[in-house]
Amino acid sequence: MNALTIRNLTKTYSNGNQALKGIDLTVEAGEFYALLGPNGAGKTTAIGIISSLVNKSGGEVEIFGHNVDKELEAAKACLGVVPQEINLNLWETVGNTMIHQAGYYGLSGKLRKERVEKYLRALRLWDRHDDIARSLSGGMKRRLMIARALVHEPRLLILDEPTAGVDIEIRRSMWDFLQEINEAGTTIILTTHYLEEAESLCRRIAIIDEGAIIEDASMSSVLRKLQREVFVLSLAEPLSAAPALQGFETRLREDADLEVEKGQETDLNDLFGQLSAKGIRVISLRNKANRLEEMFMHLVENKGAEI
Amino acid sequence: MNLALNIVAVKTIIRKEIVRVLRIWVQTIVPPAITMTLYFIIFGNLIGRRIGVMDGFDYMQYIAPGLIMMSVITNSYGNVVSSFFGAKFGRHIEEMLVAPMSYATIIIGHVAGGVLRGLMVGSLVTIVALFFTDLQVAHPFVMISVVLLSSIVFSLAGFINAVFAKKFDDISIVPTFVLTPLTYLGGVFYSISMLPEFWQNVSKANPILYMVNAFRYGILGTSDISIGYAYTILLIFVVVLFSGCMFLMQRGIGIRE
Repeated sequence: MNALTIRNLTKTYSNGNQALKGIDLTVEAGEFYALLGPNGAGKTTAIGIISSLVNKSGGEVEIFGHNVDKELEAAKACLGVVPQEINLNLWETVGNTMIHQAGYYGLSGKLRKERVEKYLRALRLWDRHDDIARSLSGGMKRRLMIARALVHEPRLLILDEPTAGVDIEIRRSMWDFLQEINEAGTTIILTTHYLEEAESLCRRIAIIDEGAIIEDASMSSVLRKLQREVFVLSLAEPLSAAPALQGFETRLREDADLEVEKGQETDLNDLFGQLSAKGIRVISLRNKANRLEEMFMHLVENKGAEI
Repeated sequence: MNLALNIVAVKTIIRKEIVRVLRIWVQTIVPPAITMTLYFIIFGNLIGRRIGVMDGFDYMQYIAPGLIMMSVITNSYGNVVSSFFGAKFGRHIEEMLVAPMSYATIIIGHVAGGVLRGLMVGSLVTIVALFFTDLQVAHPFVMISVVLLSSIVFSLAGFINAVFAKKFDDISIVPTFVLTPLTYLGGVFYSISMLPEFWQNVSKANPILYMVNAFRYGILGTSDISIGYAYTILLIFVVVLFSGCMFLMQRGIGIRE
């Protein structure tokens, strides 16, 4: 079953800006899906329409089979949204923020109390239950928005840059938590500017640019399209010049850092074989840039053309 | 529509509104009580003694129902307009808009919040009034029904104001330039029978005149206008304003891009 189906979705704002130019998107139930794109590409508009915060100009949106034009309330019941900007009532306590959101979804009594406690504990906010949202740090506010979006246990969770401005430790713990709830059955759509985040969490990816989808495929097939990769090798001893290696382009960055560019026709075994033959010992190896980041830049610059 | 869900949701909005009113009680409850106490002291006690009797009641008794109604009207309106616009401004209105409750539930919840604040302040002003004068309730049903309907009307009007408001100035324009003049000219401090015929007819175009007089009839048993007219006007306003709120919410005017 599809968690989300979008057909020919268009949005033109009153100032004439055509934010979405007829996008089609299908997200299967259980997916962890990345929706990527540069600023102003149309991601937030698409999420706004899915969550009925933005009026669409045309097209159709279905959430778990519920068409938002015909069964809006049923569609909303399946959905949890964590927006990009902080939209908490900053004067409300953490506990009341959760209680109110649960109430808006019809949860009351013991179940409401249990859910509030469950998700505040899961997001490590239970001890801040009586504090007003304004007193929380930026990372805590983001975690509260995630807890709030989960309190009715939605089948589809949309997170619009949930880790923006969050430190690495909290970001990693949020990744673990999101993976946990995805494994437990919640479909997740994530937008992020941290492409490392998308690469490590998501199994499918769509790239949107200038209001159109320019790529929609599994993460592995997108990454396979990457024709060339650049590695940085830390060497045991410094070199005076970059060594000539057959099938590879090499550049010396610093004395002991060698940049090696490889195509799909060569492999790393061959690289290490040639280096060993020349008596060059390698201590470590890393990608020069995140692979998805390289792919993303190529796709956006070439508007989806093969690279 | 899922009725059980919407009942819980409307109770939640009412709870949220009560929590808000009580959290900022220094802004919501105290000022109207102080203002009305000053009205009673200055207009009722000091000036009122020189005015003497109006429609068979001493001046303090005569103005008390109008002052109670004035506080109910302004607080009902003020609660909804500031709460709903505040939610729009802070974007936490999105908490309600993404939830599966109906638009009617959002409107009813906020209107109920406005009515409750209006009644809280109205009760406090009534207690203040009892320190200055003796009030006997002549028609309890009329008194209660008129105060409830008036409070609903102005809560709905506050909701519409909040929907259209884009900045904080926009939520003070209507109370300052429309609500306050209409209230003062709505027979709170005088009987329209004291006015020349032309101004009596002009006054009859002011809906607040009907609310104040109907409420005064409920307490004192005297009114400048027909109670039947007052109920008709109140009910028409409730229906028209609620329909207006529903239209705005369904179209997303002022709340969705």
